[in-house]
Amino acid sequence: MRKLIGIILLLIIAGGITLSLKEIPFGIPKTKIGEHFIKKGIEETGATNIVTSVVVGYRGFDTLGEITVLFTAAIGLGALLSIYRKRKADRKAEPVSLIVYTGCRFLFPILLLVGTYIFIHGHLTPGGGFQGGAIIASAFLLMYLGCEGKRINDKVSTVIEVLGGLTFVALGIAGLILGKDFLFNFLPKGEPATLLSAGIIPVIYIAIGLKVGSELAGIIDNLIEKSQ
Amino acid sequence: MEIIVTILVLLMIASAITALIFKDLMNAIIASCIVSLIAAILFYFLQAPDVAMAEAAIGAALVTAIFVIAVKRTKRFEE
Repeated sequence: MRKLIGIILLLIIAGGITLSLKEIPFGIPKTKIGEHFIKKGIEETGATNIVTSVVVGYRGFDTLGEITVLFTAAIGLGALLSIYRKRKADRKAEPVSLIVYTGCRFLFPILLLVGTYIFIHGHLTPGGGFQGGAIIASAFLLMYLGCEGKRINDKVSTVIEVLGGLTFVALGIAGLILGKDFLFNFLPKGEPATLLSAGIIPVIYIAIGLKVGSELAGIIDNLIEKSQ
Repeated sequence: MEIIVTILVLLMIASAITALIFKDLMNAIIASCIVSLIAAILFYFLQAPDVAMAEAAIGAALVTAIFVIAVKRTKRFEE
């Protein structure tokens, strides 16, 4: 009986989605604002990557909200797991094989470099703060899996996280003072398609990258280290 | 090109169904990881490299790791 109801509900939802998506032509712009971003994006923000010009340029305030959501989630997890004590350093972990250990130590700096490259070049090539931060966090995950005994320094990671968030808000308020609105792009736009271009966008993306990286790495650290 | 996309979508559906069927939760996690990975490839084919990067890094790596940690702390087999 439960399965039957489930199947009927699923069919209704599938029918609804098909009916609503059938009418929409794929890949054809429906709104004027998309065309505006594509045509005027590089000129107005100086960022070659249109996605970045939208995410940090046109709707930078929404990005601040996204950062806040992630921050709240990380804090909530930390608070929830703070009732458990930290594991002892001399826990009986199964030793990692030499190949895994060497591979992790070899890949760790390369992954950090790739993550940093992605968020520094966020305004030029695909990617940005969130993607770079996630890659950095996966580098730390690899370290936890492969290298026994190597841990994140909690204090340094907290300081980096706080500084990232502060930089974002400070740049927003600076835009309010120097320009006309919050997150106003007050720095010179520079030549498009060069590293030092697009005003405050690369600075914000570096701050986001460091913040997201340390937050996600902190989540992994909390989940692995805290035990009953 | 279209053939590759069709094969990828079919593989994605197959691994999503296997993730539901498996009683061993570790295998189910790996199957759902494959769904994310194929989704990342499809995003790349649809010319959305930004989304593909986020999906590969978060969906395939970090979420899988969090699920594996959770299953290790609880029970591995579904009853």
